[in-house]
Amino acid sequence: MAIDFQNVTKTYPDGTVAVDDFSLHVPSHTCTVLLGSSGCGKSTLIRMVNRMVDPSSGSILIDDADVATTEPVALRRRIGYVMQDSGLLPHRRVIDNIATVPRLNGESKADAHRRAHELMDIVGLDSALARRYPKQLSGGQQQRVGVARGLAADPNILLMDEPFGAVDPLVRVELQRELQRIQTDLRKTIIFVTHDIDEALTLGDQIVVLKKGGEVAQIGTPENIVEAPANDFVAQFLGLDSARRSLSAAPREGGGWLVSDGRGRPLGVVNAAPDQRSETD
Amino acid sequence: MEWILNNLPRITDLTLAHLLLALPAVASAFLIALPIAWAANRVRPLREVVVSGTGLLYAIPSLPLFIVLPIILGTGVRDTFNVIVALTIFGLALMVRSAADALDSVDSGVRLASTAVGYSPAKRFFSVELPLAGPALLAGLRVVSVSTISLVSVSAVLGVQSLGSLFTDGFERGIVPSIAAGILMTALLALLLDVLLIAAGRVIMPWARGGGR
Ligand SMILES: Nc1ncnc2c1ncn2[C@@H]1O[C@H](COP(=O)(O)OP(=O)(O)OP(=O)(O)O)[C@@H](O)[C@H]1O
Ligand SMILES: [Mg+2]
Repeated sequence: MAIDFQNVTKTYPDGTVAVDDFSLHVPSHTCTVLLGSSGCGKSTLIRMVNRMVDPSSGSILIDDADVATTEPVALRRRIGYVMQDSGLLPHRRVIDNIATVPRLNGESKADAHRRAHELMDIVGLDSALARRYPKQLSGGQQQRVGVARGLAADPNILLMDEPFGAVDPLVRVELQRELQRIQTDLRKTIIFVTHDIDEALTLGDQIVVLKKGGEVAQIGTPENIVEAPANDFVAQFLGLDSARRSLSAAPREGGGWLVSDGRGRPLGVVNAAPDQRSETD
Repeated sequence: MEWILNNLPRITDLTLAHLLLALPAVASAFLIALPIAWAANRVRPLREVVVSGTGLLYAIPSLPLFIVLPIILGTGVRDTFNVIVALTIFGLALMVRSAADALDSVDSGVRLASTAVGYSPAKRFFSVELPLAGPALLAGLRVVSVSTISLVSVSAVLGVQSLGSLFTDGFERGIVPSIAAGILMTALLALLLDVLLIAAGRVIMPWARGGGR
């Protein structure tokens, strides 16, 4: 299912213009990352897709149907939503949290729980955790439950608003891998919000770099954006102009090369110089 | 002690009468406070007015209220209905603020998330906000329960039978054990009800055990 933003503007009642004349095509079965710093309107954009926020002008189309013509509650039940801090219901057990949307859709408890158990497996949660309450899980486990809940009704569209923003870097990388694996199988249309560049480069089929007010600085594949930043803003945001991504290598005493960034900060070790490796490849 | 044993049937009857006045009042105060609190939270500018306004009801002296209410309600002074209404008003005074605060305290992230996954507003209130406000509602209910149990006794002055009658009789006829029994039974009843409420809370809200977020 493709999603189209057409000249979308959102002015909040207090006069804040969160998004100004934003247009974007989100292709089916791919992951589009909205990348930008705090307050640039990412959450506002993603929430307009499931009508948590209604645009002041412009429209959002899902497969050419304007979401404004769809009843919000029904719309939300067919779109997966995963947010930071998981947003799990503290008074429901893990299994019931995952089964939330199927249950709202009127599925029987037995069917919904069966499906929830499958999903726990898919997102890498031990089924022994099913009877726990969210607060009895680690932050990383809670996020997995959040992803499982987002997938439970088998939606075609998955909205993810900084879903891994609150977990430590190691767990974050693990969750990103898990999501990539799931996406290879399920091929959902995903809109993924983050302000983490590495996360965007890892997950995005298409990356949209945003400036304040939802102004698009560049749209492209991760390779496009790293190789050919469209302007100074993008280069700066990705740290491409800074010393951070211009690497140099120096020979090590024990063999191999020590790689440092432009500021001389050591990043890691390669065992063979890049040119030698390409010969052996 | 001997007096108490000799009068056990009467004490039992009075305890029962006491409960029959207190329990309906506690229950109706709770049930009426909920929609008032909900509405007060919805209409933000009116919230403080409603919450403080009902809170002031507690300042009404109880005895005059017991006497004035029958005129408004058209019941007799000794009618139990009169007493229950008066007790409900005092219960409301305490419960509306507790309930408004309890419903307000539900985490906004959880509200947002439940809306995002497709709860309708009504369903969200009953399946998410109300249960999550549960522990704070229970705390308010416990205060109302203790306060009501103790207030019931005042109605004995009007001649309505309750554990308070043990004080009034005791004073009139100079029977100290009767007064002592009245105090003891009222305290025990308040304690018993409190323990029952805590136990019910643990059964209904297992997720809230052991602190929490
Ligand atoms: N309900 C609201 N009322 C008024 N202004 C709002 C509201 N929600 C967001 N804004 C404002 O709109 C702008 C965009 O907010 P938004 O939440 O979309 O940003 P974001 O990119 O998601 O930021 P973050 O990375 O911090 O989550 C901000 O200036 C914010 O203060
Ligand atoms: Mg945001």
